Amino acid sequence: MFLINCPYCGERDQQEFKAGGEAHIERPKQPTELSDDEWAEYLFMRKNIKGVQFERWNHTHGCRKWFNMVRDTSNDEIKAIYKMGEKPPSQ
Amino acid sequence: MTKNLRVKSSEYIDETNRISFKFNGKTYHGFKGDTLASALLANNVHLVGRSFKYHRPRGIMTSGSEEPNAIVQVNPGTNITEPNVRATEVEIYEGLEASSQNCWPSVEFDIGGINNFLSPFFPAGFYYKTFMWPASFWEKYEFFIRHSAGLGKSPTSSDPDIYDHRNIHCDVLVVGAGISGILAAKNAAKNNFKTLIVDEKNELGGSTIFENNEFNKIDNKTPSEWLKKEIKELKNIKNLEIKTRTSVAAYHQYNYLLARENLTDHLEAKDKTNKIRQRLLKIRAKKVILATGALERPLIFNNNDRPGIMLSSAIKKYSEFYGVACGSKNIFFTNNDSAYESALSLYNKGINVKAIIDIREQSESKIVKKVKEAGIKVYWSHTIVDTAGYKRLNGISIMKLSNDGTSVTGSKISISCDCLGVAGGWTPAVHLYTQSGSKLKFDEEKQIFLPNQNTSKQISVGSCGGDFKIDEIIKNLNQKLKDNLNIKETDLDNIKVEIDQENSKRNIWLLPSDKPLGKTKPFVDYQNDATAKDIKLALREGFRSIEHVKRYTTTGMGTDQGKLGNMHALGIIADTAGVKMGELGTTTFRPPYTPLTFGTIVGRNVGKFFDIFRRTPMNDWHVENKAEFENVGQWKRAWYYPINGETMHQAVQRESKAARESAGILDASTLGKIDIQGSDASEFLNRVYTNAWSKLAIGKCRYGLMLNEDGMVYDDGVTTRLGENHYIMTTTTGGAANVLGKLEDYLQTEWPELDVYLTSVTDHYATASLCGPNSKKILKKIIPDLDLSDENFPHMSFKEAHIGNIQCRIMRISFTGEHSYEINVQASYGKDLWEKCMEAGQEFNITPYGTETMHLLRAEKGFIIVGQDTDGTMTPIDLQMDWIVSKKKYDFIGKRSLYRSDTMREDRKQLVGLLTEDPNEVLEEGAQIVSELNKSPVEMLGHVTSSYFSPNLKKSIALAVVRGGKDMMGKKLFVPMENKNINVTVANPVFYDEKNERLNA
Repeated sequence: MFLINCPYCGERDQQEFKAGGEAHIERPKQPTELSDDEWAEYLFMRKNIKGVQFERWNHTHGCRKWFNMVRDTSNDEIKAIYKMGEKPPSQ
Repeated sequence: MTKNLRVKSSEYIDETNRISFKFNGKTYHGFKGDTLASALLANNVHLVGRSFKYHRPRGIMTSGSEEPNAIVQVNPGTNITEPNVRATEVEIYEGLEASSQNCWPSVEFDIGGINNFLSPFFPAGFYYKTFMWPASFWEKYEFFIRHSAGLGKSPTSSDPDIYDHRNIHCDVLVVGAGISGILAAKNAAKNNFKTLIVDEKNELGGSTIFENNEFNKIDNKTPSEWLKKEIKELKNIKNLEIKTRTSVAAYHQYNYLLARENLTDHLEAKDKTNKIRQRLLKIRAKKVILATGALERPLIFNNNDRPGIMLSSAIKKYSEFYGVACGSKNIFFTNNDSAYESALSLYNKGINVKAIIDIREQSESKIVKKVKEAGIKVYWSHTIVDTAGYKRLNGISIMKLSNDGTSVTGSKISISCDCLGVAGGWTPAVHLYTQSGSKLKFDEEKQIFLPNQNTSKQISVGSCGGDFKIDEIIKNLNQKLKDNLNIKETDLDNIKVEIDQENSKRNIWLLPSDKPLGKTKPFVDYQNDATAKDIKLALREGFRSIEHVKRYTTTGMGTDQGKLGNMHALGIIADTAGVKMGELGTTTFRPPYTPLTFGTIVGRNVGKFFDIFRRTPMNDWHVENKAEFENVGQWKRAWYYPINGETMHQAVQRESKAARESAGILDASTLGKIDIQGSDASEFLNRVYTNAWSKLAIGKCRYGLMLNEDGMVYDDGVTTRLGENHYIMTTTTGGAANVLGKLEDYLQTEWPELDVYLTSVTDHYATASLCGPNSKKILKKIIPDLDLSDENFPHMSFKEAHIGNIQCRIMRISFTGEHSYEINVQASYGKDLWEKCMEAGQEFNITPYGTETMHLLRAEKGFIIVGQDTDGTMTPIDLQMDWIVSKKKYDFIGKRSLYRSDTMREDRKQLVGLLTEDPNEVLEEGAQIVSELNKSPVEMLGHVTSSYFSPNLKKSIALAVVRGGKDMMGKKLFVPMENKNINVTVANPVFYDEKNERLNA
């Protein structure tokens, strides 16, 4: 059970949060311009890596804010947490 | 048979408080402070159970939670019965009953004992190998296998006890209250850390509390004397919470630990009443200090499992702590000095110790000399090759060990005895450490797995960290505490320690016998009857991974999780396969460390607290009027209102007719309601719904369909424009929370530039939906001053009004196809509104209807229910709802996906109506649809999604999804059922009032 440092509320138990998949996948601004393959790339393709992963989390049972997390999936170490729109920390 | 084996009064046993209890139906006596195990041993009862596979007689082996054999059924035949309880952990109380497991008719005479003599036919993997053929016999085999599977009996009625959960946040959690744990907790608390120390036993002090080795001294006192003084001081320290009878079950990441606190299991029935039985502690600690100690290893030799064969340390504890002699003719079998402490402990109490069998060549420590001086015979370089006695040990045979330890030489010596203490060295209890995700390393010299690292969040101290001698323990503990808690001075700085023991130890994982291995029974896992020979067989059959060997032989898979024998299993595998222990690794230690009851895990969340449920403000009225309820998400919704013993079908037929012929009323409070405000609200709706919103006039309502980005229908509902920058959106009942979440997600992450604010107001409003040709007249009676003419208040529009002083929002919208109004009031006025409608509607025979009638009425109109007629694979085009998908809008959620090659296929499943050839035949929802009979395999075209008998149309109607159904209008298809084939015709899904004339009726 992680202890997650919500950038708005501080440290809270994982059960207050919901994971929201891979981070930094921006919705295309002009979807109609995309080929089926390009759209499928945005829609379906997600990484599932062993190691450092960038992911979205939501403080569902708290401030309801979305934020980003850098987590090492091999040992669940949370390396960084930053707000939506902020630049990811360099690795 | 029963004689009292109490030897000397012990300060932990209250001999003035005599307790009677029953074991296997027979009454015994013990004292306050006894465990079931110590009390049975005091009554000379060693035989307490039968092993799982061979039904061999088994006795008490240990004095703690690692016990593999003495597992009993407590309070058998009652609703508080619990199987697989370790007799070594049960504190006796007046009226306690316990019985042996896995034996019939009794532990003394067990029919299953025949398995022991058939054991050559039950090697590892017996079941896998035997029941492979013939395959068709599996069902017959399974019956017998299931019958003999499992240990103990679970209760058959619900658990009457109360359980609880508690969250604890602390600076320092110390697990284990032996000498290291106590010193760690004391120094942490003294340095202002909020500290919690837990121990699974009822007394603090671990094994040091009865450590009376005269050659070990702390500040010139025996370790036990010294520790007792420390424990006394502990009780006066602030910032320190002490919890005994509390066992840590799991150590999760980020220092989140679960512990079970046992509150009343040791009390007699009258003192348990209305008290919490066990409490699950959910502990989040800034730092964790593991002081879980070490478990003594047995030795693996032929027939090492007989009742009377125990761990040497257990014999010492029974003698020193409980004042019980486990035998009258004792022998110890050892590979290190600790058995000598046990032997001396017995000797000092006047209990006979006949001999010590030591596989080492010699030892020079003071305690060994003292034992020799006491006249106890020591057989150096000897090993036990066999034991005798079926239900109780009565003798051993020993032989000289060869220099390399792989064989025996010389002649066999037999010695009679009734109790054998085995001492195979110590295994650090690293279970919790590894559960936390930390890794182990193998120490070749000590032949143990040790914690590989101490982090800023966690340290292992004492013997679980690899320190076994008191001087090492204190020195290393002191340094670790200073480093980890960042403190400069501790009261351990000036402690003087003298110690005796020398390190000499000879480790042989599997001891040889004069017989070949195949003719011996050296048990490695006592509970599951896995022997060294099974492990070797598994290796011969090609198993290499320790995890595979474990599962094939079931080593370590009992309720004790192999706490005693796992190391030996690893050692035997390493020796046999010729690899190093460190390379082999260990099996995974998984939570819980000791078994937990389901009650503890669930806590208070039982019965009506199992899951949250939500009730509408009108709920009391529904209950008073005998509604049947159905669960919709977390809501309890009125399903139908039977009158005079009506069946559901009869009630629904009546309600449906009434709603169309005069007036009906539905509690629609559960619909999700989201208040949307902000200068970009219209633009936002344009992006989330498939249709256009910018031109919706203030005071008008519009139906909207929401897709997922993959183009599939996600939710639907009517949204009303209350003002220039103000909308109220309704969602499906079940989808409300997810829709809000999804909208917030897009607003925060994709479109943060939009000025939009979302507020869930589902619980703030109660909604009554008034429908039918007389609904207008009823509303007029309630709100006389509101102009209800079609000109002023047309279909799909909104009005604010007042009913008396109550403000209300009225939408003229319809989910039934009838002229209808949805009246929203502040939730607290919900029941009042409902009653006013009922009163005003009385003259029109207003009929309350539930969700079932609502579903029927909308199906007559071909309106979909998201989640019933859709399943996450339906696009609006599939639903024949092309009309709601804007072609003009540049983008909306899911738009691009509607033009993917897959979503544009003509042969997708599409929503159609179905009419049965026999109008009285009602299809089953979920039934499959085919176009041909007599073909095998037959192609499934789709399935029925909604099906009812329509009282208004006087025939059966159904909605279905059918592959290519859009172009099948009028085509005959079949719905094959178990006993018959039903002929159906594809029809327009709008069955009733296709021109929507009734909306303005």
